[in-house]
Amino acid sequence: QQIREDLNKQLLDNLVSFLKRSYSELQEETTEWTCRMKSREIPTAALVLGVNVTDHDLTFRSLSEVLQNNITPYIALLEAKDCPGIKNLMQKLMGQLMNCCIDEDSLEDDSYVQVSQNRIRCSMTSLINWYESVTKKTDSVTLRKKRTSSSRHWQSPPVVVIFKDMESFTTKVLQDFIVISSRHIRELPLVLIFGIATSPMIIHSLLPHSVSSLLCIELFQSLSCKEHLSTIIDKLLLTAQCPFKLGEKVLQVLINIFLYHDFSVQNFIKGFQLCIVEHFYSQPLSVLCCQLVDAKKRVNSLSHDQCENIRRLPSFRRYVESQVSEKQVALLMSDNFLKEIIQNLLEDLHVYHENYVSVLRCLHVFTSSLPKYPLGKQIRELHCACLENQVWETEEYESSLQLARMLNKSDLVTMLQQCVEIFVSSSGKEFDKTVEKLKEFLTQFQKLEAEAFQERDVSVSSQKELQKKTDLYHLQKTLLELKESRRSKKLTKFEMLRFEVVDYIDSLVRNYLVPADHKTLHEIVYFNTASVLRGHLNAAPRTALHTALNNPYCYLKNQALKSDAGSISNKAPDICIAYKLHLECGRLINLVDWLEAFSTVVMAVEGPNADAASSDQVDDIIHARFIRAVSELELLGFIKPSKQKTDHVARLTWGGC
Amino acid sequence: MPNLEHPAYPAAALLHLESLVPCRESQVSMLLSIFGERQQFSFPSIFIYGHTSSGKTYVMQTLLNTLQLPHVFVNCVEYFSSRLLLEEILIQLQSCSSKTEQTSHVPCDTFNDFVRLFKQAVVSQELQDQTLYIVLDRAEQLREMEANILPAFLRLQELTDRNVTVVLLSEIVWELFRPNIGCFEPFTLYFPDYSIGHLQKILSQNHPPEYSADFYAAYINILLGVFYMVCRDLKELQHLAVLNFSKYCEPVVRGEANERDTRKLWKNIEPHLKKAMQTVYLREISSSQWERFQRDNGEPGQLKGLSAHTHVELPYYSKFLLIAAYLASYNPVRTDKRFFVKHHGKIRKTNFMKKHEKTSNHLLGPKPFPLDRLLAILYSIVDNRVAPTANIFSQITSLVTLQLLSVVGHNDQLDGPQYKCTVSLDFIRAIAR
Repeated sequence: QQIREDLNKQLLDNLVSFLKRSYSELQEETTEWTCRMKSREIPTAALVLGVNVTDHDLTFRSLSEVLQNNITPYIALLEAKDCPGIKNLMQKLMGQLMNCCIDEDSLEDDSYVQVSQNRIRCSMTSLINWYESVTKKTDSVTLRKKRTSSSRHWQSPPVVVIFKDMESFTTKVLQDFIVISSRHIRELPLVLIFGIATSPMIIHSLLPHSVSSLLCIELFQSLSCKEHLSTIIDKLLLTAQCPFKLGEKVLQVLINIFLYHDFSVQNFIKGFQLCIVEHFYSQPLSVLCCQLVDAKKRVNSLSHDQCENIRRLPSFRRYVESQVSEKQVALLMSDNFLKEIIQNLLEDLHVYHENYVSVLRCLHVFTSSLPKYPLGKQIRELHCACLENQVWETEEYESSLQLARMLNKSDLVTMLQQCVEIFVSSSGKEFDKTVEKLKEFLTQFQKLEAEAFQERDVSVSSQKELQKKTDLYHLQKTLLELKESRRSKKLTKFEMLRFEVVDYIDSLVRNYLVPADHKTLHEIVYFNTASVLRGHLNAAPRTALHTALNNPYCYLKNQALKSDAGSISNKAPDICIAYKLHLECGRLINLVDWLEAFSTVVMAVEGPNADAASSDQVDDIIHARFIRAVSELELLGFIKPSKQKTDHVARLTWGGC
Repeated sequence: MPNLEHPAYPAAALLHLESLVPCRESQVSMLLSIFGERQQFSFPSIFIYGHTSSGKTYVMQTLLNTLQLPHVFVNCVEYFSSRLLLEEILIQLQSCSSKTEQTSHVPCDTFNDFVRLFKQAVVSQELQDQTLYIVLDRAEQLREMEANILPAFLRLQELTDRNVTVVLLSEIVWELFRPNIGCFEPFTLYFPDYSIGHLQKILSQNHPPEYSADFYAAYINILLGVFYMVCRDLKELQHLAVLNFSKYCEPVVRGEANERDTRKLWKNIEPHLKKAMQTVYLREISSSQWERFQRDNGEPGQLKGLSAHTHVELPYYSKFLLIAAYLASYNPVRTDKRFFVKHHGKIRKTNFMKKHEKTSNHLLGPKPFPLDRLLAILYSIVDNRVAPTANIFSQITSLVTLQLLSVVGHNDQLDGPQYKCTVSLDFIRAIAR
């Protein structure tokens, strides 16, 4: 659990640094604008963020943090739901600005706080007055301190107003605000930032030309969320540092949710965190899922029960069966011996991960440039394929190797260089040899190139010779020979080398990209129960309701309710009976018929001996129960009262979903 | 050209005023004759209207400032509630008094209070012997405040029994103002649009000091030749003139042409201006970007306007949801069975052909459809099975917040909400690819 917290922190750090990088550009722009303040247009940044609205919050928070640190202390974040009218907008704006100012000034004197606690007149004039007083004060402060500390900010820092969700603002509010602030741009240096989720066209559709002509809009495109995701995956999953790994199916579920549903990186991270929690909660051996050094220590302190748990792991059993018999006995009987073996195995696993990542990247370099992408364009697809089963047995792998054998030389050389870089930067010790081998290939290629040059020289000279001879027949003959020799000699050399390279890569893949579930003890670090995750993340309210009403045993766990589908049991709760009956009806339901059916089902408990009088005169209690059930169904949204026919209700759902 | 003449004001001031307000002499002289002498009571309320940037605000401001008439100038957009508006008038009244004592804030909630406080303010300033002018800019906003505000302002002279004139400035005609309970009719004055000659004259007036007036006038002439067809807004034209002037001067600075060489200069600037019309004027790219672009002399293809980024990335199911919504709002319900029930093999094709035949549906605009129909169409157009998870439902909501769909029936969520698809066919085509 400790590790989990660490991981979350690392995760957030990653994210924030990532965002900072993407906004450094914006920040530069803003400083430039401050110089341009004299113009009568309001400088405006239109920030296109993509449709993943849930991520925006984080983005804006880090953005305002960056701005606050570097440019201006005056930042207001406005949301559409807070600002239904211009009045609310101004109130919110002034509140935020003055508050952030109080934070800054509270150390210096408290008199200002009292002023702001008076009833504020929410208008631009008071805002300007406030701004003047604040800047004057900071000026005097800076003079007094002789510009020691607060030179961080500009002399007259701009006021940044961020509209978080431009689409949801009402047109009138925005227009009014822009018109007002443009009148005062000289006294109050204002910078607007629009957060846009769809496309920048929305500015034109929201604002008429007379208003948008008051703005000086520049567009900034943030990274698309798909790229964002690949960075996250790159940094989190494809590193050896993070001890926790995702199984193939789980990763697939998470990526599917991302691509099919929401494009939200935040949700992806939340899902990942859920996996971690679930893993540590459900897998007793997850104590060993930590950094290698800690894991070794923890192995030594394992109790007998935990050793037994390890022996029960399927992958470990496979391992034991493959050993010689006396070792098997030792493994099964002696805890100490087991612990030693486990340490070795864990180390193996760690090394495997390190190698895995670099070879995977290397393979990705090769496959990502092939036409039609047989193994996928993104490294995550490749990762999934490798996790799923032995990748060299798949058809796609075959075809991609075929394609790789047809690569031209310059591509091949650049790829090899990239691979060398990857292996050099990776920490695995076994790769020294590989690097050497690859470098050797490279030198061979260079040699080949040199040879080719020489050959060309030779051919040129021979052509010169040819020009001397004028015999047509001879000319033809020698030309043919020349061609023949060129094709057979030079190309075969290159081709041979190319085959060699591809085969070498193939051997690397076969060595290092063994799927994780073939490895012993993979259960410790891999989380592979996708169905649990799917159940948690893909909530299906309608289906849940349907099962609850249709088959109450599923949730109530009452033996009496256990029944085969189709029949209507009278022991079920009233609402279930009413629900099942209403499933059999059409769009309009006659209440009287419904009640009759209901009472028949309920009366069945008394059996056939119930007297005939009670069958046509419905009991008051049953009547009341029926009314309650119907109103409950109405509350759940299955039916609604209808005005088309008296004593009828309309059905709203059609069981299918 | 009618010279401004009025016995009450010194001739020098009038001359100065005339130079400041070109092409508006007749309106100014009309106003002056209405105002009369300083101590004379004037018409209680004047309504001035005219198209955008026909100089209403500017003329009023310069007139009152140069003749040093006591006045209060308030923009009704800025002071959006009646309380703010009234308080602002009072504050300005106090501050324009000769004694500059620190004014205390007086709450003023109703018009009754306003009249009382107004009387006090006027007495304390000894302004009784002069007409006080209250100018309300963008007066159309007054209609949205309390019903009594507008009629009361129109009769302020009568209500306060002081020498005061209210001037309303607006872009719309008086007929749209008239409240149905009836009110005092103000004196209306129309400011006509500037003609091309007027624009030429006004724009040429403030030429940069480094260049001669003739040179700048020639430039303005070219500029108007390009832009007059699309834009008659004086402010906008001025903005564009400043933006593009440096480009115009370029040959002169480099020494390739002298200031008289109009033809050469015209050849240089004309394509540039045309490009500016397509980009800067429409605010596709901002003016700062444009200036940087001019400085760097970059390739024209470099700058991408706002409309260039029309592509919207949507999640897989969101795309299908949007397409389903589009189909649901443009196809009539009765055709659903034919299009989406999978008995005949020709389903899709007929669907799209049908849509093109009947453009009338597009002219009518989107129709609302219930949630269940949307989901049913979604299930039939997505190839594999879709589980109706909470994710799908939340996607519908997020599409609504992105304003790609809009909710129509809103009284109760359980009552089967109705939606409308608000995107165009082009957008759907782009997505469906």
